[in-house]
Amino acid sequence: MAERVRVRAWAPPGLHVRTPWYLRGRVGEIERELGLFANPEQLAYGLPARRLRLYRVRFTMAELWGPRAERPDDVLEAEIFEHWLEPLDDAS
Amino acid sequence: MPHDHPHEHLSPSGHPYRPDQDGPLTAAQALEIAVRELLIEKGVLTAREIADAIARMDARSPAAGARVVARAWTDPAFKARLLADASAAAREMGCDIDALRLIAVENDETTHNVVVCTLCSCYPRNLLGLPPDWYKQRAYRSRVVAEPRKVLAEFGLELPAHVRIRVHDSTADMRYFVLPARPAGTEGWDEERLAALVTRDCMIGVAVPQAPK
Repeated sequence: MAERVRVRAWAPPGLHVRTPWYLRGRVGEIERELGLFANPEQLAYGLPARRLRLYRVRFTMAELWGPRAERPDDVLEAEIFEHWLEPLDDAS
Repeated sequence: MPHDHPHEHLSPSGHPYRPDQDGPLTAAQALEIAVRELLIEKGVLTAREIADAIARMDARSPAAGARVVARAWTDPAFKARLLADASAAAREMGCDIDALRLIAVENDETTHNVVVCTLCSCYPRNLLGLPPDWYKQRAYRSRVVAEPRKVLAEFGLELPAHVRIRVHDSTADMRYFVLPARPAGTEGWDEERLAALVTRDCMIGVAVPQAPK
């Protein structure tokens, strides 16, 4: 998994998606890997759930809120499942 | 007589009567009662076991979290274990953690941590007991991720400009609690005295332990 990731801007139907709207499409950095957890999007329907990697991703307030950010370099961290993360491979 | 003339809508002590709570059940209440009665009828659980489980949940309180914080303040090896694996460290102190995946996030001179769950109301109940009502309300959940400094100021916590805020949104399987910085002026205090400084709000991150006067 790349250091920098973009949260996918999907809008799937269904219950129990654990990716908040305000983080979709935003770019962050992996803060730590948390291990494998059953996919809540399948668990919510009583389906056999695939175990997926869960990551803590760190975003700056500037990335989340743009010029409206209260303090651009404060940060927010959230847990995002691997299928919601798109690796960014820029070396810049 | 507390009053010059009787008021029919007031109790004898002069307070308004509260309405009875016997309105129609919501769908969720009816479902809960149906499932509970079936579990008892089929012999899966007894009413006593259910009451005991509720009592166990009600008995949890922030005192457990405060003991863990005080231990971390006085025992550097324990603090290292707590930051590496908070569930294991809390179990080591006899806390009833079950399968809870706990992460301790540490405040220092340059970082202040605050915890929220924007999707629902995830909260480290095993360590802190039931969450306060405001933790579950939309105002806190939507505002603390966008304007944490303003929200903390409303709790009476003004952070210095050089301190960076880390907001933790508990979106999936982890539960977070804040390890606050030990206040100055508490040198030589024992764990019990230190634990008394650590409130629920300090461990959510909307307050910091107050130095003794």
